[in-house]
Amino acid sequence: MQKALDRRTLLKAGGAGALWLGLDGLLPAWAQTGSNGIPPTLTTLSGAEIALAVGETPFTVGGRTGHAITVNGVLPAPLLRLREGQNIRLAVTNNLNEDTSIHWHGFLLPFQMDGVPGVSFPGIRPHETFVYEFPVRQAGTFWYHSHSGLQEALGHYGPIIIDPASPDPVAYDREHVLVLSDWSFMHPHMILARLKQSPGYFNYQRTTVAGLLSGEDRMSAADRRMWAEMRMDPRDVLDVSGSTYTYLINGHGPEENWTGIFRPGERVRLRIINASAMSIFNVRIPGLPMTVVQADGENVRPVEVDEFQISVAETYDVIVTPRDDRAYTIVSEAIDRSGLGRATLAPRPGMSADVPPLREVPNLTMRDMGMDMGGAGMGGMNHDMSGMAGMDHSGMDMGGMASMDHGAAGGHGDMNMRDPENAPPDMAVGVGVQTISPAPANRMGERPAGLENVDHRVLVYTDLISLAPNRDRRAPSREMEIHLTGNMERFMWGFDGRRFSELVEPIRFERNERVRVTLVNDTMMSHPIHLHGHFFELVNGHDGHQPLKHTVNVAPGGKVTFDLTADNPGDWAFHCHMLLHMHAGMFNVVTVRPLDGDLS
Amino acid sequence: MRFFAATLAPLVLSFASPALAQSTDHSAHQEAPPQAAEQAETPADPHAGHGTTVPPAAAAPDPHAGHDMTMPQATTPGSNAGREMPGMTVPPASAPDPQAGHDMSTMAAPQTTPDPHAGHDMPGMQMSWPESAPEGAAMPNIETSADNDGRPPEAPTPTAASEGPAHAADLYFDPVQMAAAREQLRIENGEIRANVVILDRLEASFGEGADAYVWDAQGWYGGDIHRFWWKSEGEGAINGELESGEVEALYSRAFTPYFDFQAGVRQRYTPDADRTDLVVGVQGLAPYWFEVDVAAFLSNEGEFSARAEAEYDLRLTQRLILQPRAEVDFSAEDVPELATGSGLTNAEFGVRLRYEIRREFAPYVGIEWSSSFGDTRDYVEARGEDADDTRLVFGIRAWF
Repeated sequence: MQKALDRRTLLKAGGAGALWLGLDGLLPAWAQTGSNGIPPTLTTLSGAEIALAVGETPFTVGGRTGHAITVNGVLPAPLLRLREGQNIRLAVTNNLNEDTSIHWHGFLLPFQMDGVPGVSFPGIRPHETFVYEFPVRQAGTFWYHSHSGLQEALGHYGPIIIDPASPDPVAYDREHVLVLSDWSFMHPHMILARLKQSPGYFNYQRTTVAGLLSGEDRMSAADRRMWAEMRMDPRDVLDVSGSTYTYLINGHGPEENWTGIFRPGERVRLRIINASAMSIFNVRIPGLPMTVVQADGENVRPVEVDEFQISVAETYDVIVTPRDDRAYTIVSEAIDRSGLGRATLAPRPGMSADVPPLREVPNLTMRDMGMDMGGAGMGGMNHDMSGMAGMDHSGMDMGGMASMDHGAAGGHGDMNMRDPENAPPDMAVGVGVQTISPAPANRMGERPAGLENVDHRVLVYTDLISLAPNRDRRAPSREMEIHLTGNMERFMWGFDGRRFSELVEPIRFERNERVRVTLVNDTMMSHPIHLHGHFFELVNGHDGHQPLKHTVNVAPGGKVTFDLTADNPGDWAFHCHMLLHMHAGMFNVVTVRPLDGDLS
Repeated sequence: MRFFAATLAPLVLSFASPALAQSTDHSAHQEAPPQAAEQAETPADPHAGHGTTVPPAAAAPDPHAGHDMTMPQATTPGSNAGREMPGMTVPPASAPDPQAGHDMSTMAAPQTTPDPHAGHDMPGMQMSWPESAPEGAAMPNIETSADNDGRPPEAPTPTAASEGPAHAADLYFDPVQMAAAREQLRIENGEIRANVVILDRLEASFGEGADAYVWDAQGWYGGDIHRFWWKSEGEGAINGELESGEVEALYSRAFTPYFDFQAGVRQRYTPDADRTDLVVGVQGLAPYWFEVDVAAFLSNEGEFSARAEAEYDLRLTQRLILQPRAEVDFSAEDVPELATGSGLTNAEFGVRLRYEIRREFAPYVGIEWSSSFGDTRDYVEARGEDADDTRLVFGIRAWF
């Protein structure tokens, strides 16, 4: 599909909703297989086939046009609507002059269909077609994206809905898909180059003298001194910010205001996917509570919140019931508050509601440095460091903080920020390890940075309770500790101190082995860690109903534990879904053996 | 909404096309799949059509973990049909036997509940769950190395985990192609090559003596650890000849998270003499964000000298940056040819205020004090120049 589609024309033709239908005439290959777009009946057709073509397309946002890599000429890529239990054939044609691939994010499928070049298959060469074929074994909200180069940052991502084979436990009258993403007119290779050259390049929200004098930085001179001594930036929340990104919702910038229609009183299901390359969002709809019913495609017990954080590659389904005949603004605010995505829910097209201003830039705290300053119950507290002015990283005087939870062996008397004793023996503590969390806290019950003090309900990971009981109730037969490591000054990222390029050993699991894995974040950045081909259960206190996820955000300086039943044989990618963190080395291969053939 | 009219069995409804409804809508929304709503409205016999829509087990040999065949209520003590959320029955998913998941008693719940949607009402949402739900249950604190002085060894990987082929995809695809793809994957996940050229100071200075120019540039190319690093600096009178100039070519190796060790050669030019030096140095970021660069030089004439530089970016605002910079030079011996005495030879201290129009491009204005010491001072004064100089500088800092 090389036809250069005028996206605006398509949008004028009736909005993104009609876009899928509009493709019917323009994209015969894809439309033929689905008939009228993406009806759920698709799955009832045996041997359902979908053709997707990856190509280059101009993309316009905010009045400016750049080059995008798209699927079937649209950004985001076409919505695929499948049905649990069907078999699917997806023929992906590469119209680029470089290799491409599609990874079906969150899918439980045979490894050779997973779409990661160099792990599952060789990739799709220019002007060749690869046919993915696999049974659809699950239901929920998922997505797909390139796993080649940095194409994902250029628009190569799209949503997938899989309708359940049996009645959907979630009742709703209408549904919208919200694909959140980040778009830059700077090529991702240039973004990466800038980060290598100057890690603070995109951050225009750093602490300044002006901010100190005016008080706007909300940080004392003593705290600044402490951060400076550690060569850490308390404003380094996201590597790439709104200074270059336009935050998109369904391919629309804030000005273009994608609008989803509802009728007052309807239960509207929003299927929210963070398809960003490098952006984590806080999502809220002022005036409209959201009931989270699904996370990462897996149903959870409904929990009503007013805001939630969605890390890269996560999905959340929420139910909203707008009762008034008015517009509501959907806000996806980047967690560093450098920009926001904006869309509207309205009874009629053309309506809009107030767009709330960006909130104040969060300051990172010692907790983000892996210093456990209290138990998990501190979620709502403001981790102000003003009382800790005397800290230095060699021998911190924390005598004034008597109430603290001394989680670290030896207390806080000598908290070394880079002590190899705080990491597994096999960790490579080298140039790529800037710090090692001396007392990483389980932060799954804490509100994320910047939301500690908002006066409404915020989703935390401990709110997630699997609707279905966990299938595998075996106790883990072994435990594993994996450190997420990095050097922000050199923009190096890895697992256990190693970049994947250093020829690391894969992480090996025995087939059907039950393993408890703890991810320890030794950095001050959030890392959405994604395991292909499996769901893991977050060990969040809801024993027997641990929520299943394909991607988990590990908060700065924190730790996350999951239980994994390695029941999908093959080789799988395991990586940080911050695209440039992965590209810089935070990637590994997980092997699950024996394979099917080996069983005999 | 046209499909609401079709209050038929789920089987029939599953063929209704939500996409059709889209054409009347502005957005990408899909109409609700009919089952949930349908279940509420026609609870008479949810099984009637349902059994036939469930795909055969053969299509899904291994149901994934989240879709248990049993209803959650079945294993949740204290639950009963009346308190369940009728609309929230758990699908059996791809259970080998579709019927196994259809527990009659559970499925009957919608029929015995007056308002199947009651449980979905926002206020009562959470209350409708069994009390045994571990609300606020203690989250286990899984110990890590940081909690244990002895760093407990991890259990070994089971031997079966290492069975079979090293690369599973080789069974399905050409191993030669896979090997190439693996190498590409390796390169694309950590093996980043980058380069930069930094014109740190490109300035004109004005003081008591002649108007002068200065350049001070460096750059590197390479990976995270190993880099080729070059540096060049020099100065002269704007209407005169080059007073001094030098170029360094260095191998640079990161040896701590913040510092690089550098070694290589330097070529110096002055009107009176040239020198070639061996260079050994350390460059990096010191605590408090000081950029430092310290190097020792051994010339082809056997002369030993050293230089230390430090600079600091004080952000007044996001783009207005005050940069103090200091440099001191040492010489181990007296070198008349180069007008250098032994000991501390020169010191410079400058303050430059730059405005980053872009990160890569910042004009600046500043003041630079320089002084010569010891015998070097005598050489300078012998030339009729000021050994202490204060100059106004205008320049550009740029990088790409």
